[in-house]
Amino acid sequence: MLTLSEVKQVTGDAGNFEVNLIQHPRYIDESKCIACGMCAEKCPKKVVDVYNTGLVNRKAVYVEYAQAVPLKYCIDAENCLYLTKGKCGNCENICPAGAIDYTQKEKSLTLNVGSIVLAPGFKSFDPSKLDFYNYASHKNVVTAAEFERILSASGPTMGHLARISDKKEPKKIAWFQCVGSRDVNKCDNAYCSSVCCMYAIKEAAIAKEHAGDDLDCAIFYMDIRTHGKDFERYYNDAKDKTGVRFINSRVHSVLPIHGSDDLEVRYVDESGKLISEIFDMIVLSTGFETPPEVVELLNDLDVDLTEGNFAKTSAFNPVATSRDGIYICGAIAGPRDIPQSVVDSSAAASDAGEILSSARNSLTTVKEAIPETQVVGDPPKIGVFVCKCGINIAGVVDVEAVRDYAATLPYVEYVCDNLYTCSQDTQDIMADVIKSKNLNRVVVAACTPKTHEPLFQETLLCSGLNKYLFEMANIRNQDSWVHKNNPELATKKAMDLVRMAVSKVALMEPLEEAELEINQEALVIGGGISGLTSSISLAGQGYNVNLVEKSDVLGGQALNIYKTASGEYVQENLSALIKKVESNEKIKVYLKTEIVSTEGFVGNFKSVLSTGGEEKSIEYGVSIVATGASALEPDEYNYKTDERVLTSLELDRKFIDKDPELSKINSAAFIQCVGSREPGRPYCSRVCCTHSIENALELKKLNPEMNIYILYRDIRTFGEREYLYKEARNKGIIFIKYKLDNKPEVVNKDGRLIINIVDHVLRQPVEIEVDLITLATAILPPDNQQLASFYKVSVNDDGFFVEKHAKLGPSEFATDGVFLCGLAHYPKPIEEAIAQGKAAASRAVTLLAKKKINTIGTIAKINPMNCSSCGVCISICPYSAPSYIEEGPFTGKVKINPVLCKGCGLCVASCRSGAINLKGFDNDQIFAQIYALKEAV
Amino acid sequence: MSKDVIGSVMVIGGGIAGMRSAIDLADAGYYVYLVEKKPSIGGVMSQLDKTFPTNDCAM
Repeated sequence: MLTLSEVKQVTGDAGNFEVNLIQHPRYIDESKCIACGMCAEKCPKKVVDVYNTGLVNRKAVYVEYAQAVPLKYCIDAENCLYLTKGKCGNCENICPAGAIDYTQKEKSLTLNVGSIVLAPGFKSFDPSKLDFYNYASHKNVVTAAEFERILSASGPTMGHLARISDKKEPKKIAWFQCVGSRDVNKCDNAYCSSVCCMYAIKEAAIAKEHAGDDLDCAIFYMDIRTHGKDFERYYNDAKDKTGVRFINSRVHSVLPIHGSDDLEVRYVDESGKLISEIFDMIVLSTGFETPPEVVELLNDLDVDLTEGNFAKTSAFNPVATSRDGIYICGAIAGPRDIPQSVVDSSAAASDAGEILSSARNSLTTVKEAIPETQVVGDPPKIGVFVCKCGINIAGVVDVEAVRDYAATLPYVEYVCDNLYTCSQDTQDIMADVIKSKNLNRVVVAACTPKTHEPLFQETLLCSGLNKYLFEMANIRNQDSWVHKNNPELATKKAMDLVRMAVSKVALMEPLEEAELEINQEALVIGGGISGLTSSISLAGQGYNVNLVEKSDVLGGQALNIYKTASGEYVQENLSALIKKVESNEKIKVYLKTEIVSTEGFVGNFKSVLSTGGEEKSIEYGVSIVATGASALEPDEYNYKTDERVLTSLELDRKFIDKDPELSKINSAAFIQCVGSREPGRPYCSRVCCTHSIENALELKKLNPEMNIYILYRDIRTFGEREYLYKEARNKGIIFIKYKLDNKPEVVNKDGRLIINIVDHVLRQPVEIEVDLITLATAILPPDNQQLASFYKVSVNDDGFFVEKHAKLGPSEFATDGVFLCGLAHYPKPIEEAIAQGKAAASRAVTLLAKKKINTIGTIAKINPMNCSSCGVCISICPYSAPSYIEEGPFTGKVKINPVLCKGCGLCVASCRSGAINLKGFDNDQIFAQIYALKEAV
Repeated sequence: MSKDVIGSVMVIGGGIAGMRSAIDLADAGYYVYLVEKKPSIGGVMSQLDKTFPTNDCAM
């Protein structure tokens, strides 16, 4: 990890680049800094805290946030009194670790790498230049990023909702959407920033959660764009349940009210009436921009940019830049939310790795395992290491007294205290002591196992001890930090905690981590565009793939699509992709094939495939679910009775077939949200707005005189798709907004095709006669229940698969070894389906590349003699680890698969027969701790 | 495409996208240099309070 570093120059080609970097000095020795914070406490210089969006100050020596990685302080050279004026030196004097180093200099580095992934991010639009919002002049007009910090528990108000000017709790807050987005008059950002609608709704909903019902939240918007998975539900809930007001209006002025800190907002409502409202606070939903230095870097790297200054890509290569070997992910690929960024980042990893697969593992090293000392049967010989944590513990707790007390406890052979037990030199000493004193159990009394247990366990492993022969006593977070004012009792508590840990560790046994081979083959289910992409990525990284497709052709829904949003012809690109799959000897394609059954677990799955009734069993290590979705067949708007009413895909078919009738049409209409965003199907199908506008523009190309109407609810051309919307309006395509409770009506009047709709601008019913109506139909998932049960994964209320984590794990399931991509996850355009296909492959490769996986040692274990076969553990386990034994003397009792068990302990608590124990947390170990505590009371 | 392929990748930017990419690459067997301009990684996501649509803590 190279922090404080910037890329200056890149030379060379894909596979072998030379990168020149500058690393700025931290002025703090990272190997010594223990992040105690004393430097910042003594630093006299206050500086605006950029991390907290400038709402508060920090010191010139600082750490960005409490959980920062690396958790090392840094001196801000521009503001440090010593570095600028040669005065002060407080931090150097106070630092207990001697980590301050004012002599550090800027370093120049040259590194050779095979490929480059760019993830430089974005900056929020600066609304200061839009003076009519009064952002720069009024404290209570804030950006959404600032409001985010106001809501945050780690922010300047500790999560207390208060306005900046007078710390008053606001009663009325307004959000203004599209500030610095979708605007070419007041700024140059014509694109939509994609995420602001959702974050504004979230901020409004959370603000109401903080403040209660008497807070009024109003969101002023142009179109609400909640096109992501489960977003529409969130919007509906905010509107209908939380009571957030949504006002379809662009506010034209904000007036500070003299004599108060409030603001007057004037706008025209949907009925055309001029309204004035007074708000306590205004939040500007600012959009994304590529920072100028990033634009400069991309220009230097010879990477092409779009008109919005994002990196240019193609739909069929969504994370590759115009320069070979350089890939992108995150907001540099266009404004996007976290899940899409995470999908792209795995996709970029897949592409970046694929071109280097011949050199895989050439620069990484595998640690050699040290043989384990046999301790079973030996009496416990416990070492206790008490940490001072600088003054974090020693400032309150009498560490020497705790150390001496520990020496009096049973089986304790060795005690010591350390300034910082976690420092590398103490770790080396600890390893030596364990060996020289033949210790077989270790207690560290220090901070929290949450952050430091793995480090100490590593030291045990290096000393040849099983890592489970270890226990931590948390005498910092749970003692010295919370009993600062009572040092005597804190010392006593530390002794109690140490005694409890010693009693437990004496009973600890070495635990085994089962090693599991991972079958190096993959199964990809679904031969649509994302499944094809996954297969190619996996094969490209050297793995054999079984690709199963239900129908008799590869290609899936993409076979029906004419062009992508960026104007590429789908059929040509799709054929090339299919050829690539068919000619790849690592990919075995099974057409007209379905999966009959699946058993096994990560690394060792087995499925029976049925091809026209003929069954075949295959074994594989990972599975990628790419089962797709299809278009709704509508039963409204005369679709079934009038052949002039088509679905979007039927119109695409006419374009693909170059139907000559299309250019003869004089007028056409598109009806949006057919089957989407309705009570029975409350999600947005994400692609239809862009698709209809694209097709409308195609029709205009065929016949520029054609009258075209798009009847919509909200236009959702997110990101740079917005340019298409703008182009459509410029070319005279008429957009008419309708509401769900007043849908358009299609009638056949003496053979004439008529649409009746209330025009939202005229506020009058209008009658439109057209030659063609295209229905933008919803995207429907197939029945996924059976496949879901095969892999023990779930589907959501809409029928789409539920991923591991909405933000951080969009391309994988909670079940290890099973991955997800394409429409099976949620409706998405081709470029996103391809990116996710690559992402799922990337995630699968991280597992396959290990070849073997270690399970954890702290898992549940059943004593079948005590098991009453009640099955409660089977029903309660979230990982399907327990199952009935099917043969042998314990038939009907339960066994636990150590590979699937995550050691959560649910089954242990649920077992009415007391037959289950959690290794490392056995009853006798826990009771020993409790009895040890009892001595204290 | 160069003939002497190097088994390492540079990821520029330590936000959520850069971190995810770096972890995937490292787990797949490539040496990764993660380059960040600021003193710590984490990016914009660490500044967020909650994330939609689950209202999970961003940290």
